[in-house]
Amino acid sequence: MKARNITEKIMHVIFIVCGMISIVAVLGISAYMIISGLPAIKEIGLKEFLLGQVWKSTASEPLFGILPFIMSSFLATFGAILIGVPVGLLMSVFLSKVASPKLASAVRPAVELLAGIPSVVYGLVGMIVLVPFVMDVFGVKSGSTLFTAIIVLAVMILPSIVSVSENALNAVPKKYEEASLALGATKIETIFKVSIPSAKSGITAGIVLGIGRAIGEAMAVMMVAGNVANMPKLFGSVRLLTTAISSEMSYASGLQKQALFSIGLVLFVFIMIINVILNSLLKGGYRNEN
Amino acid sequence: MKKLLSTVLVTVLCVALFAGCSSKKETAASPSAAASAEPTEEALSGTVATNGSTSMEKVIAALSEAFMAKNPDVTVTYDATGSGAGITAATDGTADIGLSSRDLKTEETGLDATVVALDGIAIIVNKSNTVTDLTLEQIAGLAKGEITNWKDVGGPDAPVVFVGREAGSGTRDGFEAIVNVKDACKYEQELTSTGAVIAAVAANENAIGYASLSAVDDTISAVMVGGVDCTEETVLDGSYAIQRNFNIITKQGAELSAAAKAFIEFALSDEAETIIKNAGAIPPSGK
Amino acid sequence: MKTKPGDNSLNRKISAGRRTYDTVLKVLIYLAAAVTFLLLLGLIGYIFYRGLPNISWEFLTTQRKVLEDKIGILPNILFTIYTIITALIVALPIGIGAAIYLNEYASNKRIVRFVEFSTETLTAIPSIIYGLVGMLFFCQKLGLKSSVLAGSLTLVIMILPSIIRTTQESLKTTPQSYRDGALALGATKWYSIRTIVLPCTIDGIVSGSILAVGRIVGESAALLFTAGAGYVLVTNYIKALSVSGGTLSVMLYVYVMENGEFDIGFAIASILLILVLVINFSAKAAKRKLKKIG
Repeated sequence: MKARNITEKIMHVIFIVCGMISIVAVLGISAYMIISGLPAIKEIGLKEFLLGQVWKSTASEPLFGILPFIMSSFLATFGAILIGVPVGLLMSVFLSKVASPKLASAVRPAVELLAGIPSVVYGLVGMIVLVPFVMDVFGVKSGSTLFTAIIVLAVMILPSIVSVSENALNAVPKKYEEASLALGATKIETIFKVSIPSAKSGITAGIVLGIGRAIGEAMAVMMVAGNVANMPKLFGSVRLLTTAISSEMSYASGLQKQALFSIGLVLFVFIMIINVILNSLLKGGYRNEN
Repeated sequence: MKKLLSTVLVTVLCVALFAGCSSKKETAASPSAAASAEPTEEALSGTVATNGSTSMEKVIAALSEAFMAKNPDVTVTYDATGSGAGITAATDGTADIGLSSRDLKTEETGLDATVVALDGIAIIVNKSNTVTDLTLEQIAGLAKGEITNWKDVGGPDAPVVFVGREAGSGTRDGFEAIVNVKDACKYEQELTSTGAVIAAVAANENAIGYASLSAVDDTISAVMVGGVDCTEETVLDGSYAIQRNFNIITKQGAELSAAAKAFIEFALSDEAETIIKNAGAIPPSGK
Repeated sequence: MKTKPGDNSLNRKISAGRRTYDTVLKVLIYLAAAVTFLLLLGLIGYIFYRGLPNISWEFLTTQRKVLEDKIGILPNILFTIYTIITALIVALPIGIGAAIYLNEYASNKRIVRFVEFSTETLTAIPSIIYGLVGMLFFCQKLGLKSSVLAGSLTLVIMILPSIIRTTQESLKTTPQSYRDGALALGATKWYSIRTIVLPCTIDGIVSGSILAVGRIVGESAALLFTAGAGYVLVTNYIKALSVSGGTLSVMLYVYVMENGEFDIGFAIASILLILVLVINFSAKAAKRKLKKIG
């Protein structure tokens, strides 16, 4: 009996430790990012770092302005959302409301497959197919541009938006929709004026998920965006926050390396902010719905 | 819980067995888990981690395959990360041997560089480009973005797309130093390896870039520099201007494993010279 | 008169404006669905078209030999397996333990929400940050260098959330009456968890593991900085842990970006696609099968 009690106590402790691992991991990662990222910001100066327009990390007089990266990341994510959300939302409407259950169950695995494809595969197809296409169709010098990255990112975030929005739409109480139809609205009107607004918080969650994925993508973007540290132009070569890190990380040393960690910290902070907004939206949304 | 644990353990054992059975050419790897080698008289064992220059890939791959054929218990790995990364890895101790396609800078202290081969940096253009010869000044102009149209250097009327390497690249360092465009280059793309530059130039008919001679293949054309072709001979006798050393970088005072030491000796030995030549570089003694 | 709600066969006047609204949106919906579906077909078709011809038995079962100008990906297939196994061995106990803690032991609601918030946060962190931190902590601080072990440990934190979440969901669906019954019969908590609750949650654990495997197979940014891109054949699992080893996704990136070997890239992409299909399919099959048993 005593042995059992001891086992019980030990297992209890083990479980507590396991439970705390997530917290420890998050705190650990945050701590590392902050500790590694702050020194360079201190040395370079917060304003010069965040608002400086020139990044020349290996010049004899190095400059560490990351505004180009912030702008490029912002524009790439914004563009991806601009394309991905309408298409994704309409697709989720299709799966949830318009298609017959049989058709929907045939098409849904296709979306799930899209979600599972590794990002490097998207990058590869983007590099081989999209880059020459952009070069020819838009007459630009080189097809590795912000535009190409936006297209690739839009395709990558599509599955997230579709699946989360579809779940949200499916959760809309049938009585809302039936009431609307009974009042004389057409099916389409019901979807767009009743179901979608009801599923607002879920759909927003999907959008925020898409934003998170787009802003954090590195490998696929490295393959299609050209990687030059310019201020962003739609058909010019760009470097995002993520690709700035992955381009130089392996060989950086000294202040340059610390500056890369600071970029990582900035990225981390942006994503945390987005996450907090997501959480408050979800909580607020559920409260409103209930 | 027990069932799960035992299932997992059994799976692990099965895979380990399968992995062991599937090896055909490799002899059974040494059962020692230690990564450092035990210096015995006959068989070297362990891992040699090399890391660095992407230009040196063919040379290192050839040398390591030949070395591993002679010493089956040694595993030589190579991470193609760029010269700067190789030097950093040697300093941090993340690799046993760093590979750099440029010489050490004055601020890179605490390291030893041993020249293992010479290499030319070829200036490459797309196969359809009619330009076959450029002077150093023209190349500098193209790199700095002062010459923006091919017709200014005798080519077709088309915009110039200058493709280069990332800032830590030894190839970029060598190019910029010799052509005298340090900190002044305007690149259209900054790629992270020699192979990527070659691929980009092959894909864009208006592109021009620089790449290691050892990596040049028939998907692109190399232009002459000041009338001199980029070949092993012209690099060796110095008539081809844009060239640099392939270096093996080791940390001063670090205890290298026996396997690593043997690998370095092998790379500098006479029998390595044919291997280096076949890989497209030039052995330092020039035989 | 049999009518369905929403059909306009009753003699009601719908204004032209509403009719246009209707038609335009309907067209857009079908267009979006068609675009998405065709996109997927085109993507898969193109990848297989360019990749499958390059897959040969030799490709799958030998290693790369630069001297003979041959490329084989057996080492990378093995490295992928090693990475998956190592990551799962470490992550499963921790993840299951965390889920059990959250569901069975934790009494303070605030702590539970805090832990759940942390777990959600972990999913939002981009993989390149994991690569950075993993490189700093595992490769440099713990001295593991670029190795399969360092990569696997970095992955553990990445896959933890999905394991915790799916295990938790499946723990929640286990009827409370099971636990109460066990307690009433005099069993202690850990005993009842071990013998009664856990077996019921196998389906959650399995689907969480399959999801994790999918994530590992597709991961490249984090692994490139922590596990490297080695391509030498290592058949001893223990030795492989200390060696730089590239998984399939990492090698796709390296072969394409470093060497311009597009055909090889497509071949690897085809293999990855097949793997994803298999993983998706087994996730569904596992769910169905285990639901029947459980």
